[in-house]
Formats: sequence, structure tokens, C-alpha cells
Amino acid sequence: MDFLSLFPPEFIRIIISSIIIVTFIFVNAIIMVYLERKIAGHIQRRPGPMEVGPHGILQTIIDGIKLITKQLIIPTDVNKPLFRLAPLLSFTPSILPFIVIPFSKSFQARDLDLGIVFILAISAINVLALLVAGWASDNKYSLFGAMRAVSQNIAFEVPILLSILSVVLMTNTFSMQGIVAAQNKIWFVLLQPIAFIVYFISGLAETNRAPFDLPEAESELTAGFHTEYSGMGFGLFFLGEYGNMFIVSSIATVLFLGGWHGPFPLPFGDFTNIIWFMIKVYALLILMVQIRWTYPRVRFDQLLNLAWKYLIPISIVNLLITAVIVKL
Amino acid sequence: MIKDYFKEIFIGGKSLLVGLGVTFKAAISPIVTVQYPREKIDVTPNIRCHIDLVPNPHGGDIQCIACGMCERACPSGCIEVITQKKEGEKGKTLSAFKLDFTKCSLCGICVESCPKDAIYFSNEYELASFSKDDFHFDLLQRLKERK
Repeated sequence: MDFLSLFPPEFIRIIISSIIIVTFIFVNAIIMVYLERKIAGHIQRRPGPMEVGPHGILQTIIDGIKLITKQLIIPTDVNKPLFRLAPLLSFTPSILPFIVIPFSKSFQARDLDLGIVFILAISAINVLALLVAGWASDNKYSLFGAMRAVSQNIAFEVPILLSILSVVLMTNTFSMQGIVAAQNKIWFVLLQPIAFIVYFISGLAETNRAPFDLPEAESELTAGFHTEYSGMGFGLFFLGEYGNMFIVSSIATVLFLGGWHGPFPLPFGDFTNIIWFMIKVYALLILMVQIRWTYPRVRFDQLLNLAWKYLIPISIVNLLITAVIVKL
Repeated sequence: MIKDYFKEIFIGGKSLLVGLGVTFKAAISPIVTVQYPREKIDVTPNIRCHIDLVPNPHGGDIQCIACGMCERACPSGCIEVITQKKEGEKGKTLSAFKLDFTKCSLCGICVESCPKDAIYFSNEYELASFSKDDFHFDLLQRLKERK
């Protein structure tokens, strides 16, 4: 006990929560890659990974070990510091938002008053990482991928903000716990269905998921911004992508699907409500995977038309109507 | 104008939902592929794998009369019929039927040219090997070993 009293409790709390968060990002990526390959397989009427472990459940762990042990190849003409910085720059912003995600009433690293704004501010850094990666790689495919990533993310940042704003107008708070607490009677997906749909579509585009995966379009740009990356450099981009998917889904859960509120209460609700939260988040993630394997990739003009001609006007109108109703 | 705008949204949204329905249906229906090394399905009777000697149904080993027609007919020269003359028998008998499968293109002229229908296409398709020598078969030897 003397040893523990050397550290302030807040310090211990920070260490424990950051360990849990980083572990969770890795575990989430392992689960999601497995789920993605299995679901993709079953959609195409084949079993997916079957070789390593029963029904291939160890496949992604083996893949991870392979990625870690591979040599990091740095091409001769790249901008070396930026080239090495970009994967870290992509991975870090996917860790930080986990600080404010409310898994349950007590299971949250920090309840910031500006939780939503914090997440949006941090996850915007991800675009910078893609731009740096594309620029530093000295490769036309990478540069094209980075340019696409930037214009796509700028376009879809606007509808995301507008749809989140219409929820914030109703709750009068940016704090994640406050927004969840406001939904103990009715989930906002029933009051704000349009905002939910707009948010979900823009979230797909923000995470560069198919059908909006133009920055890494395999058939057009080999691999887009991470063409030149091998081994764990590529692995960090991958982890960042799956981390971002989880963040987008958990914001959708917090804002629209009632956060950790469930249809019926569980014992020790402050701690076990994490189960409800996880069920909702993974349902959204599985929907994202199914969307990826259902729709073909959109063309670039279609992508930007979708943002500027459909999502943004609709969400502005939705915001105005919400503001009028709240004021009445 | 504004009517077309909303019409486009609704028609587009509906077709997207139909697409999700199609993939969901596919995802819950049974898989159709075969896990090859563990499960195998019957090969079609028309399959052309390497030729093999037909065992004689009326006693004796083989139908082959060692006439050498197949050797002469083979465009790739991959068949070698080795015969020997035995005491007290008329005609020659087959002592080895050598097939160089590395050259064979499975054209089937040997099967057609055989006067006694003594060779046929087998259905052994699992023939991967690290060495070229593994594809020089002695079909007579193989037939005897199989018995």
C-alpha cells in the first residue's frame, strides 16, 4: 500500500485506462478482421478462413505475427522522417477518442465536457496522416490516394458536424455521459432518424470504408496512400482504420442508439451495461462490413455529389427544423 | 425539379436496401464450396487424366496385346511399349508400358487407336510432385501393384 500511495490515484487511473484502451484496439482489430473475412466469405457462399484453429479463429493472430516480423522496407526516394511518421500519425488519433467513449456509467476514462468536440478534433488528424503518407511515399498512386482522402474527408466532415449538432441542440450538452443520460426514455434514432442516416453514411466515408474506399481503391490505385508501406507500417494504418470504425460506430451508439441503455436493466448496471454498448457497436460494425461487401465503389464525382448535393442540404434542413422545434 | 430530387433519393435508398437484402440472404444460406483436402466430390466420368491400362475381365492381366498402335499414334512420343517373346505363346506379350506424362497433352489419340480398347483415361487428378521423374510411369507395374 505504501508503494501505491507514492503515485496519485489519477496517475494510476491514466496508466490503467491507457493500457486497456491500447489492448482493446488490438483485440478489436483482430476480432473485426476475422469477422470481416468470415462475413465476406459467407456472403460469397464460401466458409472464409478455416485452417488455423477451429473455424480459423486464430488466423488473424497469425497474420498479425507475420506483419510484426516482416521487414520494414523504406524505398530510396521517400522523405524518410515523414514516411516513418505517417503510420504513427494515423494510429494515435484512433487511440485518443477512446478516452471519452462511455462504455457504461462508470467505465469511461474521462468524461470531458466537450467530449464530442474532442473526438471530432482528434479524428480530423487522421486525414493529415493520410496526406503525409501519400506525399512522403514519392509514388503517384500514393499521392492520388492522399488527394482523394483529403477532399473526401473535407466534404464529409460537414454533414457529420451538422448531424451531430442537431442531437446536441436537443441535449444541450457536448458531454458523452450527458447525451447518453438524455436518452433514458427514448433513443434519439427515433427522434432524429434523418440525422442518424446522414451521420452513418458520412461516417462510412470518413473511415474510408467501401463503398467510399477511393483513397485505397485496389483496382485503381494499387493500395492508395499505403502502397509503399510494408510490415507494421501497413499494420498501423490497418489498426487505425479499424479503430476509427469502432469510434464512428460508438459515436453513433452514444448519440442515436441510447449508449449503454438497454431494453432491460442488467445486475450491477453501472458496470455490466458495457454489454449493451458492445452489442450495439458491433451490430453497427457488422452492418458496415455487410455494406462493404454489398455495394460497388462509387465514382469520385458521385462521392462528392452525395456529400454536397444530398447530405449537406438535408442535414442543414434537419438542423433548422430541430432548432425550431427545440425553441417552441 | 425538387420532385425529381426526392424521387431519386427514395428510389436509390430502396435499391440499396434491396442490395443489403440480397447479401443478407446469401450470408445465411449454406456454403457451396468444398474444403478440398478434407472433402472431395466425385469427378465427372468424362474427365481426361493420364491413360491407364484396362484390366482383363476374362482372366489374364491385361487386355493389351502389345501391338504398339498407341506408341505409333502418339503425336508427342510419350508412350513406349516394351515387349518380349515368351516361349510357347504365339505373339508378343507386354513387359512394360512406359508413359512420359510430362509430354502428354491428353489428346486421346492413343485411346482411339487401340484396337482392343485396352487403355482408358483414369481419373487420378492428384498428381502434384516436386520432381519431374515422378511423372514417368510404368503402367503395367502400377496395374500389378494395385492388385
